[in-house]
This record gives sequence, structure tokens and C-alpha cells, in this order.
Amino acid sequence: MSGLLQEMTEKAMKLNVPLSVQLDVTYRCNERCVHCYLDHDDHGEMTTAEIKHLLDEMAEAGVFILTFSGGEIFLRKDFFELLEYARRLMFCVKLKTNAVLIREREAARIREVGVESVQISIYSHRPEVHDAITLIPGSLKRSVDAIRFLKSQGLRVIIANVLMTQNLQDYPGVHALAAELGVECTLDPTITPMMDGNRSTLSLGVGHAELRRVFRDQGLVRDAEEFCAIPAAPGDGELDSLPCSAGHTACYVSPYGDVFPCVQFPLPTGNVRQERFVDIWRHSERMNEVRSIRMKDLTTCTSCTHVSSCTRCPGLAFMEGNMRGPSSQDCEKSFARTGVPSANMLAKQRSRANLVQIRALPTQPYTSASGAIA
Amino acid sequence: MSKLYLARNPRVAARSLDGEMMIMSGRDSTLFTLNKTATILWQAADGATPLDKIVENRICPEFEVDPAEALQDAEALARDLASHEILQISEAPIPQTKPALANPATGEAR
Repeated sequence: MSGLLQEMTEKAMKLNVPLSVQLDVTYRCNERCVHCYLDHDDHGEMTTAEIKHLLDEMAEAGVFILTFSGGEIFLRKDFFELLEYARRLMFCVKLKTNAVLIREREAARIREVGVESVQISIYSHRPEVHDAITLIPGSLKRSVDAIRFLKSQGLRVIIANVLMTQNLQDYPGVHALAAELGVECTLDPTITPMMDGNRSTLSLGVGHAELRRVFRDQGLVRDAEEFCAIPAAPGDGELDSLPCSAGHTACYVSPYGDVFPCVQFPLPTGNVRQERFVDIWRHSERMNEVRSIRMKDLTTCTSCTHVSSCTRCPGLAFMEGNMRGPSSQDCEKSFARTGVPSANMLAKQRSRANLVQIRALPTQPYTSASGAIA
Repeated sequence: MSKLYLARNPRVAARSLDGEMMIMSGRDSTLFTLNKTATILWQAADGATPLDKIVENRICPEFEVDPAEALQDAEALARDLASHEILQISEAPIPQTKPALANPATGEAR
């Protein structure tokens, strides 16, 4: 984050202004990515008029950075109408898309409307791997062609590479592809549970040993020794700081108008079909509860070696059952990075050991009522 | 001196945060914040009002400065903002095909 943006973010936080919002305009998608956390049915998306009204409200509330995401945004027939409306409201617009539907004409139109960046999911440089994740044959070619169309329009494109077991070996190839295309590339090993709480997708996440290797890859990390160093103890006031921007300067709105602190934080705080966006932002009890949490309020994490450097996601912690608790995925990341287990991991180990210790050993064979030995 | 007309570049993103204008360049995503004078120029840049009128009606009453000196400074500032592609400048009125829906004074929706 640039110094000026950091300064404006701090100012927005003091003024309780939602500087940044992700708006999912649909959960429908033309890909079926194996790790996706969404269902792809339409349960009653906001209409064009409803979204335009919401955009008016968000501009009035001070939202500056607006990320259109989904689902696949270009499946909405009114998407360009919404995009153009958002730009006329002077939002700084970012797009997240698989780009399968972007051809030369769409790229030119995006350029004409003016967006800050287009983030495109690419899982591998090899069609057999990428297409096996999206479950759509030919999808890599479509997405890469789209990147070329967008680049030829002078647009800023960012490849988002999610790391999972299926594509673990391919991130260097994706980075090389990004370099060849002249675009940026991000790598994220976070696999999110499904929004309905189903955690089966987590099995696709990469294991500890593999993650450890990735964190030490000199091609990714400028200074692996520094990146993987054991963190220093928290400095003065660090425990009074905020866990993340969710609910402080940022939030998420679903295609149905539900407002959440973040796309990864499925705590419903209100619905824009029933209340004004700014009223939910300012007055929702749940939003204010999220907002009230400081690092010192976190159970377990405050005593953790990693407290000052952990990427703990409060939304993932919430999905584990406690928004003030640890996020095990981030514990794993901190462990893989430094080799030092988190306080949460140690507590779980102790808990498992205790369970064994307190188990009473039978002195006599137990005979159940039916007479069978248990 | 010929007339100079200013218009807000429709490619930028803009929002007012507690009276301070945040502008993000459409060219390279550089973020700017505008000082008081630049904010006045931004607010008044409708493509139809010449700079000398903006200075006379908006800047001089605000800052109590010599009009000739103020016009010179404002023109330098306008050219600087144009070099960052925040404003468009022209010696003829600049037609606005799709005017912004947001209030240029506040960056908020009308």
C-alpha cells in the first residue's frame, strides 16, 4: 500500500468511512473450479436498479475503491451498464474475473469505461492442469487470450494464482507466463471453506512440507531468511492494533444484498434491500462487534510467538467457530514459514495429550448390559 | 491572455474524504490528494467556465489575493493537474458527453 493510501485509510478508519467494498454481482459462473466456496445458483440477485441504487448509497457513504467480483461478473447481461454507472459515480473500480468472456470488443469497452485493474484467475500455465481445476476444457486458452486483449488496451492485469495440491508444481510456470504477458502475478495458498460452512474444499490445500518449500523459494521471496525468521516480540501498542481492515474500512456485499465484514467473513450484518448501506455500516451490532476487536482481545493468539507477524484472518477464525480465536490455516502458514508452532497448535497438542492422560484404564473387563465386552 | 477551460478527466476516480479530495490517476493508478486551491479548480472544472472566471468568483473571494497573481498561479496549477491527467485543459470549451453522476464538490453521489 502506498504511503498516501495508507494515510487515507487511517483517516477513513477514524471517520468510520467504508473506503473499500467488494460487491459480488452474481454467484453464477461459467467455470466449476474444484476449490470454489460458492454455490452457483441464482437465489434472487439484485436487479440492475437495485445495484445502481446501492452504488449511489455507497458513493454517498464515501466508498472509493469498488471491486466487482462474483461468480463470473460478465455473466450478468447488465454488467457493462453497472460498470459504466459505477465509473460515472467516480469509483476506483477493480474487476475480478476468469476473463473467459472477454474478447477484443469487451477489452476495448473496459478500457473505454476505465478500470484500475483486472484480476484474472490462472491456476497453471498448462491447459491440462488449469482446465482440470476449472472443469472447463479450453478455459486456460480463453483466459490467456483475454489477458492479451486487455494488455493490448493498456490495462493493468493481475494474475491471481491460487495454490493447491493439483497445481503445486506449476506456480513457477504461472509466474513465467505472467512475465511473458507483461502482467503482475500473486500467489495465495489460502483455500476457503464454502460459505455454507462445508469444509471439504480444505482438503485441496497444500501440506506443511510443500508450503515450507514455497515460502523458501528464492524465486518468490526476495530474502527467504528474513521472510522466514522467527518474529520479534510485539512492540508497544501492537496489541491495541486492529486484526485486519474487515469492518473497519472495508466490507463485502453479496448478490442478494447481504452485507458482511469481508468476503471471507460470513457474518451477516444487514441487507441493503431492507436498510440503507450506510446504516448497516454504522449501526449494525454485529459490524460494531467486529469493529471493537483489538489484537489484545484475541484468545490464544495474544500469547503466540507469531502475534506480530501472523496473517490471521478473522473470517477464517469465525468459520472455525470464534471470531476472536485463531485461524488454523494461518497458524499452519506461520509454522511453515518459521518452523515455530503457533500457540494454537501447541494448545491443541496439549489438549490431545491430556485426553489420553485422563482416560481411565479399566481394572476389570467391562461387561455391557447385553453381556458383550465393549 | 487567451481563455483557458478546465474539465475533470473522466478517466480518474475521485472521492471526498472529510473535505479532502482523493484522486486516482486513470493513467497509472497514482493516488493524489488535492490542496484547497486544487480542490476549488476540480470542483469548478465543468468544461464551460473559463479559468479567469473561476479565479474571480471562487479563488479570489476565498484567499483575498491579487487577481492577476491568482490567475497566474491557478494556470500553473491547472497545467500541473493536466500533466497528471487529473484535469483536461483547452483554449475552447470542453463538451461533457457523459457528466459524472457524483457531485464534483464532494465526490459523493447527487
